[in-house]
Amino acid sequence: MMEHEANANPSHSKITGLPRKRFYRARAHSNPLSDSHFPIPVSPSQVDYSVHYPQLFPSPDKFDGSKRIEFADVGCGFGGLLISLSTVFPESLMIGMELRDKVTEYVKERILALRASNPGQYENISVVRTNSMKYIPNYFEKGQLTKMFFLFPDPHFKEKNHRRRVINLHLLDEYAYVLREGGIIYTITDVEELGVWMNSCLKGHPLFGAVTKEELEADPVVKLLSSATEEGQKVARNGGQTFQAVYRRIVPYVSNCEMH
Amino acid sequence: MEEENDKNPETTVAPALISVHPTHKFVSAAVGSDLRVFNLQESCVVTLADESGGHKDSIRAIRYSANGQLFVSAGDDKLVKIWATDSWRCIYSVASEKRVSAVGISNDGMFVCFADKFGVMYVVDIEDHNVEDGVTVIKKGVPILSHYCSIITRLEFSPDGRFIVSSDRDFKIRVTVFPKNPVNGAHEIQSFCLGHTEFVSCLTFVGSQKYPLGLLVSGSGDSTVRLWDHTSGSLLDTCYVGAQAEFLPSDGKEEDILPAVTDLCATPDGSLVAVAIQSFYSNFSLPGLMLLRCNQSSKTLSVAKVVSIPGETFIPTSIGAASSAPVLWMVMGASGLHVSESASLARVRGISGFSTSASESLDLETLVLEDAEIPGGELLLQTLQGKLSIGKEAFSAAAEAVKTAMRNLLIKKQYSAERREFRKRGRNDMKGKQ
Repeated sequence: MMEHEANANPSHSKITGLPRKRFYRARAHSNPLSDSHFPIPVSPSQVDYSVHYPQLFPSPDKFDGSKRIEFADVGCGFGGLLISLSTVFPESLMIGMELRDKVTEYVKERILALRASNPGQYENISVVRTNSMKYIPNYFEKGQLTKMFFLFPDPHFKEKNHRRRVINLHLLDEYAYVLREGGIIYTITDVEELGVWMNSCLKGHPLFGAVTKEELEADPVVKLLSSATEEGQKVARNGGQTFQAVYRRIVPYVSNCEMH
Repeated sequence: MEEENDKNPETTVAPALISVHPTHKFVSAAVGSDLRVFNLQESCVVTLADESGGHKDSIRAIRYSANGQLFVSAGDDKLVKIWATDSWRCIYSVASEKRVSAVGISNDGMFVCFADKFGVMYVVDIEDHNVEDGVTVIKKGVPILSHYCSIITRLEFSPDGRFIVSSDRDFKIRVTVFPKNPVNGAHEIQSFCLGHTEFVSCLTFVGSQKYPLGLLVSGSGDSTVRLWDHTSGSLLDTCYVGAQAEFLPSDGKEEDILPAVTDLCATPDGSLVAVAIQSFYSNFSLPGLMLLRCNQSSKTLSVAKVVSIPGETFIPTSIGAASSAPVLWMVMGASGLHVSESASLARVRGISGFSTSASESLDLETLVLEDAEIPGGELLLQTLQGKLSIGKEAFSAAAEAVKTAMRNLLIKKQYSAERREFRKRGRNDMKGKQ
C-alpha cells in the first residue's frame, strides 16, 4: 500500500517512504521580524496534543495534562535532532519549532513516514510552524521544559542585526521562564563569533549557570548536538570546528530579585 | 485595511491623553506635542519650566507618580521628561533610541520605566531627587527587559511594588519581578497572562485594604475586559463589554467586528472600573463609558452601568481619576488634524460619583458634569482644551481623526503583498539584485 502511495506522491522516496528534501527546498534564512500568518495557541492549555501525538492522545478530551512536552528544539530545521532523541528518550514528549513553512512540512512528512515504518516508535515527537522568538510562552507553561535546544542558529552577522539572534539577554528571560529549575539549554554553532556571543549571554544571565565538564561528558545528548543534524554533519564533513554552550536553569541564591 | 498616507509622515495623528494628580491637585492633558496642566487647588493655569521648550513631537504617554511628586511625559520626540510637580520644572530628561510608547513610575518614586517601539523597556534611576535649581539633569535609561518585536502599550507596577506588568500589541501581558536593583535587568518572569485574542491596550490594578496584593485588569481589542491573578497568570473572569453594549454595525453588512477597549480606570478601592470603548471600523461608537463592578472576593467582573454623554459624540481617547476625589476625567481628542481651524482638538468632560460601589443592588449615582459644573470650571476647560468652545463641524472632523489615531496606535499596519514588495525596493540589501 505504501508503495502505491509513494508512486502517486513523487516527493517521497519509493523505497523508504521518506520525503525527499529536493521537494522541500527552502532558503536557509527566514526573517523572524515579519509576521507570517500561522495559528498561535492563545495559551499553553490550548496546545492540541491530539494533533501532535495522536497515538498517545487520541482525542482532545483525553488529554488530562498529566504528560506534557518536555523538550523543545528551537529552529529544528529538517528534524535530525528530534529523530535521534526520540529513541533515546522514548517516554518524553518533544517538539520542534521551525519558522519556514516548507521545512516544517518536510519534518511533518518525515515523522509520519517514520511512524508508519516503525510501529510504536516516533510517537513522542512532533513539529510546529511558529515564530519561537515571539510565541514561546504561548506553547509552554512556567517551568514545563527540561531541555531546550538551539542548534546552529542564524548568526545574523551584521551588528545591527544582533538583536535578531535567537539567543540574547532578553529572550533568555523567556527561555528561563519555560525551563524547569535544573533544566538544560543546549547551544551549538560553527561560527566562532556567535559561539562567543551565546556563551557570554548565558554566562551573564542570572538565571543560568554553567554545566560542569564532567556532566557534559556524562550527558548522552551532548554528542548528538554535533552529529544528529544535517547542519552538524555538514560541518563535520568540512572539518569545521563547533562551539558549544550548555547551561542549566538555576535559581540564584542571592537573588537580585529581592523584595523591597 | 486602510493604508496610512506615507507621503506625509509629519502629520501623524496622535490621540489626546489625560492624567490626574493622585490628590486631585492638578489635571494634565497632552494634545500632540502640547502639554497642558491646570492647578485645581488654586484654580489657575500652570506654566511649565523646561529649558528645551517642551516636547517637539506627539506625546504618547503621561502619568503622575503614586505620591504625586513627579510627573512623566514621553513620546515621538524620543524624549522622556520627568517633572517635579511642586515647581513644574523639568528636572530630568532621558533620551530614548526610539519613539516611546509607554511609561511607568515605581510606587516609591525611585525609578521611571519607559518602553520604546522595539519593545524594549528601560529603567532610569531617579533616587537622587536633590537636583540643582534650574538645571535639567540628563539621564540615561538601562534596558531591563523586552517584548520581542512587539510594541508595549502599557506599563503598570503592582500595588505592593513587587512586579512590573507590561502589555503588548501581540495579545500578551508579562508580569516580571521588579528587583531591588533593576539596573541589572529584570530577568525573572513571574507569569504571562494569556487569553486576549487581540492587542492589549490598557492595564490597571484593583486593590483595597482588604486585598492588598491586588488583581490585574486588562482591556483589549478583542472587546473584553479581563481580570487576572497576576502572580499565577490565571484568568479569573472575562467581561464581554462590546457584546454587552449591544454594538452591532448599523447596516448589518459588515462582519460582526466588536469594538475595542481603549482605556481603563479603577476607583481606589477597586470596586468600580470605568471602561472606554471605541469602534474602529463602524460608525457605531459608545459616546461615553461603561462602568464595571469588580468583586475582589468572588473575583468577578460584571457590567454595572453604561454612562452616555448626552449632546455630543464624545468618544474618550483617555480617562483618569484621582484616588482622593470621586470624579472621573475624560478627554477626547487628537493632533495632526487637517481641519481648517487648528491642527488639534481636545474636549474634556467629567463624571462625578465615581467612587465605591457600596452594594451591587443599588444603582450607581453617577452624573455627567456640564461645563459649568466641572471642577476648575471654564478656566480648566480653556486651559486643557486650548479653547473654550468647539464647533460642531470641528468636532465631527475630529471624531474621524480620533478613530484613525487609536487604530494606528494599536493595530499593526497591514500592507498588501504588492505594497510590501514596493517598500522593499528601498532596502539597501535588495539593491543590485534585479
